Amino acid sequence: MKRHLLSAADLTLEDATLVLDTATELAQLTERATVKKLPTLRGRTVVNLFFEDSTRTRTSFELAAKRLSADVINFSAKGSSVSKGETLKDTALTLEAMGSDAVVVRHSWSGAPVNLSRFIRGSVINAGDGTHEHPTQALLDAYTMRQRLGRIEGLKVTIVGDILHSRVARSNVLLLHTLGADVTLVAPPTLLPVGVDQWPCQTSYDLDAVLPKSDVVMMLRVQRERMGAAYFPSTREYARRYGLDVRRVQTLSDDAIVMHPGPMVRGMEIAPEVADGVRSTIVEQVANGVSVRMAVLYLLLGGAEPAIGSDDQ
Amino acid sequence: MTHLLQNVRPYGGEGATDVRIADGRIAEIGPGLSLGQSTPYDGRGGVLLPGLVDLHTHLREPGREDAETVETGTLAAALGGFTAVHAMANTDPVADTAGVVEQVWRLGRDAGHCDVAPVGAVTIGLKGEQMAELGTMADSAARVRVFSDDGHCVSDASLMRRALEYVKAFDGVIAQHAQEPRLTVGAQMNEGVNSSLLGLTGWPAVAEEAIIARDCLLAAHVSGRLHICHVSTAGSVELVRWAKGKGVDVTAEVTPHHLVLTDDLASTYDPVFKVNPPLRTKTDVEALREGLADGTIDCVATDHAPHALEDKEAEWGAAAFGMTGLETALGVVVRAMGDRLSWRQVAERMSETPARIGRLEDHGRPIAVGEPANLCLVDPGARWTVDPSQSASRSRNTPFAGHELPVRVVATFLRGRPTVLDGRPA
Repeated sequence: MKRHLLSAADLTLEDATLVLDTATELAQLTERATVKKLPTLRGRTVVNLFFEDSTRTRTSFELAAKRLSADVINFSAKGSSVSKGETLKDTALTLEAMGSDAVVVRHSWSGAPVNLSRFIRGSVINAGDGTHEHPTQALLDAYTMRQRLGRIEGLKVTIVGDILHSRVARSNVLLLHTLGADVTLVAPPTLLPVGVDQWPCQTSYDLDAVLPKSDVVMMLRVQRERMGAAYFPSTREYARRYGLDVRRVQTLSDDAIVMHPGPMVRGMEIAPEVADGVRSTIVEQVANGVSVRMAVLYLLLGGAEPAIGSDDQ
Repeated sequence: MTHLLQNVRPYGGEGATDVRIADGRIAEIGPGLSLGQSTPYDGRGGVLLPGLVDLHTHLREPGREDAETVETGTLAAALGGFTAVHAMANTDPVADTAGVVEQVWRLGRDAGHCDVAPVGAVTIGLKGEQMAELGTMADSAARVRVFSDDGHCVSDASLMRRALEYVKAFDGVIAQHAQEPRLTVGAQMNEGVNSSLLGLTGWPAVAEEAIIARDCLLAAHVSGRLHICHVSTAGSVELVRWAKGKGVDVTAEVTPHHLVLTDDLASTYDPVFKVNPPLRTKTDVEALREGLADGTIDCVATDHAPHALEDKEAEWGAAAFGMTGLETALGVVVRAMGDRLSWRQVAERMSETPARIGRLEDHGRPIAVGEPANLCLVDPGARWTVDPSQSASRSRNTPFAGHELPVRVVATFLRGRPTVLDGRPA
């Protein structure tokens, strides 16, 4: 039985396509309706379990669940018993005892959603774990590409930035590979993980060489702290070599789009003019996030059996 | 009290024989010995080995008696066929003074399941800054000969050089946990394709190999005695082979788990597979087996590292490093090595050589008349399935739960006294 969404690798081509198609339908339904709420998950409880601050993702999941009429509980690690030393297991058992049907979890340790899924009966949705994965972000990115460009198969997608520490990059590489896109990762060698040569994608150190061939350019945030750890010498040099500025954008083909999962550092990895330009999908990505998360919740919780996701752990 | 071991095969040889044990020593060896006043034990053609010796055990006492005590750890050791274990220094307080090592040694003597040879810390508090009173620990009742900051690498090259020099005065050895700290900040598992996909910070092979290379050169320079703890990579095996070829006085150990398990297991995010050094790749496992078979790696050491449930039932990144291993060691080694090690070589790699490295005079001795009766008897055909709940250790963090092992220890004798009979505490 499929029950959880822990990794983008859990999704087959059929699963992923079903999520995107369902998201499209749900978006159309809520757009047409005067009352945006659907009764689908009435009586079900979704817990947002956030061990790490993320207003953006938490709000998106909350809105998605509420539009499906689910009851939503926001359980933030800060100010809760978690900060007093309660273990993940105890937190999970507490939520279980309260009768949650799905737990949306954000955690600073890679793999925590997998651990959580062993402790509870309900569905676990990974909303970002450490430097591992963020599958719903990849789904909303794929949704946005399909919306803008009409397809995903055969698209040349370039992901630029701190691949080493990026859960968005990992989930995107896996999902886009499943969906038939052609992914190239671009970063300084220090920000590409050892072992990336065995990922289902290409890599390059040269952004300028890759841009003219790209249909999609996805810029990732680069944290300034990485500079202290000697991943690169200065933010200025990083921006010069890997930042998407106005000059570089002009080398893109006419239809190419520019994406960013946010939060972005304007002037570092992306110039403000580019972030606000016509190619930019950054605001759409946020709106699409709600539709895609509605689809995931609906497909995991809506029927008697979950329609997508990973096997029972 | 005398015992007569009947129908046993020393070192797994062809002919079964009897062995009489009296006054803590082997009194007689030969087929069809008369029973006399001895208590008989039918060995059923089992393999008789010198009692196993572990160079690398964490007994957790003093400090973490909830995870293990000297009593429970040494009982687990006896059940695994061990008659001596070296207790690592990372207790609380750290075993960096004569007082602490004598306490651990006495706890071992009082428990009586196997001899406990305490390992002394190289530096005070394992901090890697100031040398501990190594000579005083050597001269204490515990007679410490092995010194290690295990869990921490003596990463300061100058301090390592001085330690290798200093212990020459009392025939000591520095057992190095080879881990360059700056290359392993926040490290969680082997660095490679698995760590990249799992988003866990990598522990690169080079962090181990760089220290081994440096320390072999240092040992050569000062003619010191170096032992490398838990070698885990193919490159490390190559470096040790090279150093031995140059005549460096270096020895090396490998753990049973590194002989069979790989970093693929990390994809479960189950911290029972989290260990330091981390599980590596198939290529490394094969190189370690080859190194152990050809003698480049001198011995097997368990790195038995018990942990309380709450320290393992956590997120991978928050969980403790380490696995238990005393009760499964022999079975795992036999399973991993198959025909590549004879029973004679098992005796060498798991008893004689570790006893020699640790300078334990009464252990790892030949099975011969007049020698101390530190022995273990193995049923070479007794397959069994590992069940953590059955372990004598206070902790349950074995990575081999559910694994079938090909051989089982049925009896252990410590100075002529049975500590284990019929696979149970005697």
